[in-house]
Amino acid sequence: MGKMVAEIEGLQKSFGDHVVLADISLHLEEGENLVIFGKSGSGKSVLIKCLVGLIVPDGGSITLLGTDITELSVPDLNKLRKKVGFLFQSAALYDSMTVRENLEFPLRDQKELTQAEIDALVLEALTNVGLEDAIDKMPVELSGGMKKRIGLARTLILKPEIILYDEPTTGLDPITAKEISRLILDVQKKYNTAAIIITHDVECARITANRMMVIKDGKCAAEGTFDELAASEDELVNSFFK
Amino acid sequence: MEGKAAINTVQTPEAGIGKRMRKFFISVSDLSAFTLRFVKEAFTPKYEIYEFIKQAYLVGYQSFPLVAITGFIMGLVLTIQSRPTLAQFGAESWLPAMVAVSIVREIGPVITALIFAGKVGSGIGAELASMKVTEQIDAMEVSGANPFKYLVVTRTLATTLMLPVLVVASDGISLFGAYVGCNLKGDVSFKLFFLQVFDKLTFSDVFPATIKTFFFGLAVGLIACYKGYNSNKGTAGVGESANASVVYGSLCIFIIDMIAVQFTSLFN
Repeated sequence: MGKMVAEIEGLQKSFGDHVVLADISLHLEEGENLVIFGKSGSGKSVLIKCLVGLIVPDGGSITLLGTDITELSVPDLNKLRKKVGFLFQSAALYDSMTVRENLEFPLRDQKELTQAEIDALVLEALTNVGLEDAIDKMPVELSGGMKKRIGLARTLILKPEIILYDEPTTGLDPITAKEISRLILDVQKKYNTAAIIITHDVECARITANRMMVIKDGKCAAEGTFDELAASEDELVNSFFK
Repeated sequence: MEGKAAINTVQTPEAGIGKRMRKFFISVSDLSAFTLRFVKEAFTPKYEIYEFIKQAYLVGYQSFPLVAITGFIMGLVLTIQSRPTLAQFGAESWLPAMVAVSIVREIGPVITALIFAGKVGSGIGAELASMKVTEQIDAMEVSGANPFKYLVVTRTLATTLMLPVLVVASDGISLFGAYVGCNLKGDVSFKLFFLQVFDKLTFSDVFPATIKTFFFGLAVGLIACYKGYNSNKGTAGVGESANASVVYGSLCIFIIDMIAVQFTSLFN
């Protein structure tokens, strides 16, 4: 068993009377890709937003890189967040900024970096996703796939130890979706990052997953490798692979 | 039985009023907490100087043409409308002073602030709401930045500091409009017009009128940021935030104006 980078125990979250996460526990090891499957509204996105403190859970514990985030002050949480990348479903590029400014934004607090070093980091991140030419474009000029790549580049620029992907291939054509999935795998190999990947895309799971988990009614319904879950006779698990 | 059940679920007017009152007081307490957070964040480092300068440029410089045109027309129309009444009393010579006092004390600050709320308030409300809907604010937060400081503090400070500048500029252009208005049916020299204007304008006219515009700007910025930053109804919420920013911003301008007038009259 590798070093544990994230651990969730008995996580609970409700919105009013609606219970989204009833009792979720999971762990993530260093350099591992964990894919989470679940129906829409099953609480997958809420789960990863709880992980970075965007949503405050009602109960349970979240340990990230050895620190319980529920007990952290905002400045300490912000320091920890720099070690955790988050790729949003919509890529969430800042639409009033160019691609270069989008990538520079997470580096604003790093006063020790010179402009030349920042430029080099921006170029390296863009090269990783194959979009060096898009450096001076505005987000509105980019296609859906390009936005996801730039979003990933912005995530990579801080060299995170964990990356959280919220439906990285949703809304993309099968070819671009496969490219993004391969990019996720490349990032894992190159930087040895651990990742939690929320998706409905079986092909994305097949390419990227070291381990998978299926969520149902706010609880973990099944866990195993891609092949184990693909061979499962459970009706819900099976329905994802049909 | 079905009919009876349906009747029982209909909300009574009292319950409806109670719910609205509760919602109103929750909004007021939320806005108060938002304002306190703004004050706290505005005075603690790190300061977002570049973003503040950018917002001051967008809010001030880009609003100037609209404010200038409105100011000119305001002075011109006020002069043309006032002239016949003053002429009936043989007091036409009082026209420059009367128009100047009206513009500087009341009409200039209020009309400019209302235009400002319409242009800048709606823009800020819609921009922040759209950033909220597309998860851009969440993205800033997970990157370890402080979106409140970057988005809310800079914009609110920009509106607070730029509105007084725009009001002073608008007042000046309005007075020029009044001079043009005077000369449409008369012949007053530029020097004489402005001698009469500054002869009657006193410190107690200019100072309170300028001070209240800081509060107008603060209210417009805070309300627009509050509505945009807390938008949570998807794309429909973007329009709603823009609309609410203008409506509540304008309402606040009148309320602040009323308080300012009462406060100023204590010292007069």
